[in-house]
Amino acid sequence: MMLINNKRKNIRALAETLRYSLYVITHPLDGFWDLTHENRGSVGAANIIIAMALLTQLFKLQYTSFLFIKIIWEHVNVAQIILSFLAPIFIGCLANWGLTTLFDGKGSMKQIYMAVGYALTPYVLIQFPMIFISNLMTAEEGAFYSYSITFSLIWCGILIVSAVMMIHDYSLSKAILMLVATIVGIMLIVFVLLLFFSLVSDAVAYFVSLYKEIVFRFY
Amino acid sequence: MKSKLKIFFFCFVLAWLFPTVTVHAEKTIYTYNYDFWGIERESPDSYRAEVTVMGHSLGIGDFKDPQGLFVRGNLIYICDTGNNRIVVLKKDTEAITVVEEFGEVGGETAATALLGPQDIYAAANGDMYIADTGNQRILHIDAGHRVVKEMRKPEDETVDKLSDFLPVKVVADRSGRTFALAKNYNKGYLVYGSDGIFTGYVGASEVKFNMVDYLWKMVSTKEQRAQLEQFVPTEYNNIALDKDGFIYTTTSVFDENELLKDEAKPIRKLNSMGVDILIKNGWYPPIGDISWGNAGGVTGPSKFVDITALDNDTYYALDRTRGRIFGYDFQGNLLYVFGGLGNKLGYFQLPAAIEHMGHELLVLDSKSAGLTFFSPTEYGSLINQALAEYKRGNYDISSEYWEKVLMMDGNNDLAYIGIGRSLLRQGKYKEAMTYFELKYDDNNYSKAFQLYRKQWIEANIGWIFVLFFLAVLLPAAAGFVRKVKKEVEEI
Repeated sequence: MMLINNKRKNIRALAETLRYSLYVITHPLDGFWDLTHENRGSVGAANIIIAMALLTQLFKLQYTSFLFIKIIWEHVNVAQIILSFLAPIFIGCLANWGLTTLFDGKGSMKQIYMAVGYALTPYVLIQFPMIFISNLMTAEEGAFYSYSITFSLIWCGILIVSAVMMIHDYSLSKAILMLVATIVGIMLIVFVLLLFFSLVSDAVAYFVSLYKEIVFRFY
Repeated sequence: MKSKLKIFFFCFVLAWLFPTVTVHAEKTIYTYNYDFWGIERESPDSYRAEVTVMGHSLGIGDFKDPQGLFVRGNLIYICDTGNNRIVVLKKDTEAITVVEEFGEVGGETAATALLGPQDIYAAANGDMYIADTGNQRILHIDAGHRVVKEMRKPEDETVDKLSDFLPVKVVADRSGRTFALAKNYNKGYLVYGSDGIFTGYVGASEVKFNMVDYLWKMVSTKEQRAQLEQFVPTEYNNIALDKDGFIYTTTSVFDENELLKDEAKPIRKLNSMGVDILIKNGWYPPIGDISWGNAGGVTGPSKFVDITALDNDTYYALDRTRGRIFGYDFQGNLLYVFGGLGNKLGYFQLPAAIEHMGHELLVLDSKSAGLTFFSPTEYGSLINQALAEYKRGNYDISSEYWEKVLMMDGNNDLAYIGIGRSLLRQGKYKEAMTYFELKYDDNNYSKAFQLYRKQWIEANIGWIFVLFFLAVLLPAAAGFVRKVKKEVEEI
């Protein structure tokens, strides 16, 4: 009984933090401050929002009217789409955390991840309905579609800037500078990863060829 | 259990990470088309090479580097440049015969020899216009080879007095005005009045100004600057008239990066003011091949050397790079591509000129010195008929032809769109939308969808109103009831 009650309580708490995202997107500065400093957000809610954004990204391909998004299905790789959506988020969090720790940012890794998740809310809220609305539009009305998509992206951008400002206790200019530096950091991490993988594959190839050589000698 | 699941999940993700290997079969197709994505799609042959006629098979000795070709009725005029002669052939249903061959003009009295004539045009009354390149003149002769007029180098300040005048292509309109292209003249085509006097240039392409080039020029030295490409307008390399007297030109001087952006415009249809009025409603501008790789030492984009416009306003451009013929309809849609480089029938070594005789195509190869005749297959003539009916406004008859086309080639985009159009006119919006969606035709789909949407709303307006009232009125009514209840309780 106790367990069920606890579970119910947990779910209610999660729903409460999830609903808090609506407050965050309309009051970014206040919202992101309270998100971390007043513990009004949760990682669970951020997970849900990111998952929803990912689903939006996937559904968009399949269900948006072909007038707006045209796809060669033979070339679509779902894994690639998922990774190209999630990897920038995770690597971005990592790079931002690494950089801000050096430049007296106050936020922890968890808080940064949470803030990014909450900042993606408009992406889901606008783009998900637009998938269905796009099927009710003709090409001439396409401006409405592209405007709302752009609007959602700009909104997300503003949210991310204010998230960085509030979480790390930065000024606006420092936040923007840090975001630019984060992008450089992402590239650096990707470069190192690629280097690592290519070196490993070279090493593996060396042993494989060694093995082949031995096999050819003795058989 | 949980760790097993984790391992399974890990393997699953790992399997995803490795790309699949795609296998490409070797292409052996002769005719193809490009789809919406610019991917080559195999197509049934639309034209079949019937025969290649050589000079010796006609009994007049082999052609040598022939450059010019013209067809009027069933007469075929060939400029046998290397042999300094004009050959006139006649094609009947059963055979191709020689009508005449001559290397001199002026009649019996004042005969002068032709020297490397590069192009010929025959008027309806039998008069001939010859670009007599070696003699630096354009000749207008009558059917008896007597010279009517001679057009020489324009006496104009813009022309360098010392340079040679080398006319290479010539056509004439009904009133006897002559349009010619000369080597190294880049101000468009030259126009001579019916009296043979030079009147001016028409159709010069605008010089494009490139900011990046300009910046480079600012920082480069004088020697480097001399090596850079000059800002000069493009020079046309061929000229052809369609049935309405519009001039089609081709050019092969362009920056290949400008092709897909439709800035190079290798094919132009010029009106009398020299303005390009070619309609380009296809997926891609009419530039020949959309993507060009390196195969067998052949690289680079298509370079058109000649063009011919049929009576149904389709036009066929001849590509020298890969020896291919590109057929476009009057809307600029690519119909089919066929031909190639090679020694077999239907392939070319160095194609020089293309002409049409009805729906037949004739291609002159300057290297193999042969004239190849192409006739439409059933598939090709179905497309031609469908286009002709569409042009006449008989969309439903046109759609019947398109359906037959579709039976032979499921990749034919125009067929889907043609059928969709006919369905749209019949009011079958939903079916039309399916056809348009299959081929990504935004505009037509939107047209059909707009009508369908209107129809749907009109049919369901009752439900929409009921739902709307329910959504608005019910909460209001509930609130009213609650309020009344509350007031009653208070009393």
